[in-house]
Amino acid sequence: MKHLISAEDISKERFQEIYRLSQQVKEALREDRKKFTVLRGKCVVNLFFEPSTRTRSSFEKAGKFLSADVINITASASSVKKGESLIDTLKNLDMMHPDVVVLRHPCEGAPYTVKNYINASIVNAGDGCHQHPTQALLDAVTLIEHMGSLEGKKVTIMGDISHSRVARSDAILFRKLGAEVFIYGPSPMMPRFPEALGVKKLSSFEEVAEISDVVVLLRIQLERQSAKKVFPSLREYAELFGMNRKKLEMLKARTIILHPGPFNRGVELNNDIVTSSRSLIFQQVETGLAVRMVVLSLLCGRLEKLKEEIA
Amino acid sequence: MASLLIKGGRVVDPSQGVDGQYDILIENGRVVKIEKNISETEATEVLDVDGLIVSPGFIDLHSHLRDPGQEWKEDIETGSQAAVAGGITSVCCMANTDPVNDNPAITKYIIEKAEKVGLCDVFPVGAITKGLKGEELAEIGLMVKAGAVAISDDGETPKDAKLLRNAMDYARSLGIPVFCHSEDKSLSAGGHMNEGFLSNYLGVPGMPAEAEDIGTMRDILIAKLTGAHVHICHVSSKGALEIIKRAKEEGVRVTCEITPHHFTLTEDAVRSFDTNAKMCPPLRTEEDVKMCKEALKTGIADVIATDHAPHTVDEKMVEFCQAPFGIIGFQTMLPLSLNLVREGYISLFQLIEKISTVPARVINKKDIGTLRRGARANIAIFDPDEEYVFTKEMIKSKSYNSPFLNEKLKGKVKFTIYNGKIVYKDV
Repeated sequence: MKHLISAEDISKERFQEIYRLSQQVKEALREDRKKFTVLRGKCVVNLFFEPSTRTRSSFEKAGKFLSADVINITASASSVKKGESLIDTLKNLDMMHPDVVVLRHPCEGAPYTVKNYINASIVNAGDGCHQHPTQALLDAVTLIEHMGSLEGKKVTIMGDISHSRVARSDAILFRKLGAEVFIYGPSPMMPRFPEALGVKKLSSFEEVAEISDVVVLLRIQLERQSAKKVFPSLREYAELFGMNRKKLEMLKARTIILHPGPFNRGVELNNDIVTSSRSLIFQQVETGLAVRMVVLSLLCGRLEKLKEEIA
Repeated sequence: MASLLIKGGRVVDPSQGVDGQYDILIENGRVVKIEKNISETEATEVLDVDGLIVSPGFIDLHSHLRDPGQEWKEDIETGSQAAVAGGITSVCCMANTDPVNDNPAITKYIIEKAEKVGLCDVFPVGAITKGLKGEELAEIGLMVKAGAVAISDDGETPKDAKLLRNAMDYARSLGIPVFCHSEDKSLSAGGHMNEGFLSNYLGVPGMPAEAEDIGTMRDILIAKLTGAHVHICHVSSKGALEIIKRAKEEGVRVTCEITPHHFTLTEDAVRSFDTNAKMCPPLRTEEDVKMCKEALKTGIADVIATDHAPHTVDEKMVEFCQAPFGIIGFQTMLPLSLNLVREGYISLFQLIEKISTVPARVINKKDIGTLRRGARANIAIFDPDEEYVFTKEMIKSKSYNSPFLNEKLKGKVKFTIYNGKIVYKDV
């Protein structure tokens, strides 16, 4: 596998392999084994054109635990501000022989714009509202750890679906793994053609509560839109679409809650949800690290080495 | 006296209902005779065009020549070269130059430079408002006096409905059409492609067809109010075409154009985030494309125009959402339009109407778009069946932003004659 740009790039078989390995990696991490030589001599560049703490540090740790050299470049400090084009930035970077470029960019399709100009592999760490495949991987792994399988399960993604790369990635991968995917949220934040993502729109929280085995909450990205034109207020959002104890009690007894983070307390969820045993929000972060270690090994062609060392 | 005899071709000239084997004799830059079997002894030069189609030179109502001000993309000379390589002998160029063509000095500059180049007519379209800002009327009367053939704020149409009404009133009194880029930008703002199934899948902000429909409806209603001739540019949506159809039935003075890319490609061309398939209005759905073809067939759509919009590789080799809108179109207009003939939507005769006869009428030009005796000898001669790959080397523009680059095309211009002189020869 050369690049990981979209959840479409992940076959069912490939997912199974990533799942198994991520479980072993997690076990190792929990045993405090945090240094492997799998990516010794390899170089990973984190190239981020949008602010990120979780994803960037997750990739950074993943690379470092595997002994890769990791370089972080953030756009504000880069030559892009001096007028360099994205393609030229990547071509320059490529001459320094990185093996993997982890790219986050505000424009949909940015990884496709650059991929044919460089030798390094690309991991898409989020391109606009398009895709964020490692998030989908870590979400699916987290869920399967707890549910055994996604086959026949009903997953509802709640929030601003239109502007969510997480929703797009999750929908594609979850469906591949046998789940049925639904969306729910304020109508102006719903795509006009949900069938484009293979999902169905639900029209009330009662419906969500009745059918969902999993609820994925999304962050309300008020910094992304001319916010007040899309939704009147955070207060109203929290009241109508936020997750709280009352709504939690309406869900089926075993329904799991995910959130890609960072979450806005008091908006899409409150403390009752954060601390609930039903929410796997913090486990997602741990799983994310493991999954990214597997993905970096995979793109560097060192999966066998990872298997050896981890065993 | 120098004279040129065009011999042996199939002449298609809808302006006089001609379609058949004729020879054409040209003297002093004008057609003097169009008859069967004119003797070679009558001319000093003979052009044997056996097996080719001979038609009045094409007239493109919609282009951007980027001159003055953005000559790195295109200039009047390279634009003219590209036009004649596409059989186009008259080009209308939009006012979004730098400075904007909103005064007679710029209008005159364009016309004089084009005359110096001497390859084809360049007819400036004057701005409706100063600086295309939509606030104050430009010097429309003086621009018309200087040679502007229409007015337009292409890119958008003034938001201020009363201002547009006044502009249309004025245009009517001056006898010129108003070219409208009809779009409610407040609905399509921030969009980079057609809003629909694909944009929802890709997460790319969309531009709903309804933005175009609303703009079209509004511009037509103001035309109805004023009695002006409104020409709707680059129609791409089914809804807008239905609105135009109704307006025509009601007798509103409305004509419209469709670009070859809008009747050839669907939004699927942007699936790979190809910036050379990014234009405004955006490529739309299969249903819209079908309606565009039907509209050309039934006459709802009057004209095929290119919206030739050069941007350099440097400008297009960027992220999809940062790329400018627009593609070049002069050299692909004929082959793409011939596909409509091959698919049975229109006849060759109707095609020539839409790329020559009718555009001449829209801009009120009597001695072009026709091969009548006495008309200017602007002529396109082409082989409708020649197949070739459209390569970068063939492109005469300064810019290469075409989604048809390296595609197989069918139909090639062999000679272009302007004012009786051969200005382009396919080698």
